[in-house]
Amino acid sequence: MMYDAVMVGSGPAGLSAALYTSRANLKTLVIGKDRGALEKADRIENYFGMAEPVSGCELVENTMTQAQNLGVELAEDEIFHISWDGHFVLEGKNGAYEALSVLLATGAGRKTLKIKGMRELEGRGISYCAVCDAFFYRGKDVAVLGNEAYAIHELGQLLPVVQSVTLLTNGQELKEEVPEGVRVVKEPLISVDGTDRVEGVTFADGSTLLAEGLFVALGSAGAMELARKAGAFTEGQNIKVNERMETNVPGLYAAGDCIGGLLQISTAVGEGAQAAMSMIPFVRKQKKSK
Amino acid sequence: MAVIEITEQNFEQEVLKSDIPVLVDFWAVWCGPCRMQGPIVDELAEEVNSVKVGKLDVDANGRLAQQYGVMNIPTLLVFKNGKVAGSAVGLQSKEGLKELLGL
Repeated sequence: MMYDAVMVGSGPAGLSAALYTSRANLKTLVIGKDRGALEKADRIENYFGMAEPVSGCELVENTMTQAQNLGVELAEDEIFHISWDGHFVLEGKNGAYEALSVLLATGAGRKTLKIKGMRELEGRGISYCAVCDAFFYRGKDVAVLGNEAYAIHELGQLLPVVQSVTLLTNGQELKEEVPEGVRVVKEPLISVDGTDRVEGVTFADGSTLLAEGLFVALGSAGAMELARKAGAFTEGQNIKVNERMETNVPGLYAAGDCIGGLLQISTAVGEGAQAAMSMIPFVRKQKKSK
Repeated sequence: MAVIEITEQNFEQEVLKSDIPVLVDFWAVWCGPCRMQGPIVDELAEEVNSVKVGKLDVDANGRLAQQYGVMNIPTLLVFKNGKVAGSAVGLQSKEGLKELLGL
């Protein structure tokens, strides 16, 4: 099914945008994985219109009901990849979604992992996009770094192409089932080795693994990963947008903590509304030209 | 200056034997960031005359990608006098490309 607007992230930015797009008759879907940063906010005292403190979960759940009452569809899923081919295709754990416009609103990016050699070998065997770079590893031994569904998705892109894939959980608990034939190493990593390019990795117990490529897919795919895969510019830990919440990719927008700034519910709500104001004319124009 | 399609056939003539620096954009159709890099490279080519700008499809010219150690796309290489004089991996802005070219 083709949606007019898909919001990735069901926090204040994504839901706020959805209220506006749905009221403007855009077929709107909000995809959320969890309650994000608001999960831990027990007492919110600085949000407009609340006589008594409200919890983050309550605020989000109220807005979800409000959105549903306005015709917004909600889906619980985790998105791994966004590509564009005339329209956007979002690949998730539970399936794929098609959209004319997409808002990235999955919250602040996580800190990057610091492992010796990783930074130095970036672009020379370290990759953050299996779809983009699997081609270069045909018939080679590679490793995927991660322990959740996102890592399994990246692994699935590599399996048909490479000779072997080893999944490295870096001491983390493996949260998903691994396809047959994939070796799993749970030992923490201490270095990525190689002079000119990645040759392998060394683990905390002193053991090593030969690999010509290391695909990084830690935790879940955040807004930064999704933005980069779609071809959007990022700056530090933020997605780059203009004042209309537009990224450099036509039809792709970002709002909320993933664009930096105050990191407040009120700003996220405002940015979501602004993003919707940009998405509505974009989608109408797209539909007219078809 | 118009963007040149670089292939294994014309690589030596257009890139290695070029009198002026050459920026080569290694790309592929399946790569999202490459699709955004393409128009930026086109725009740069329109603007500058002191540098030749080319695009190389890694799917059709895998040997050249391998020869120059390209393992991520987009990768942008600057060739001067037949040698790699600069490189950038991942999507680059027009300003970033100008900086890479020393413009």
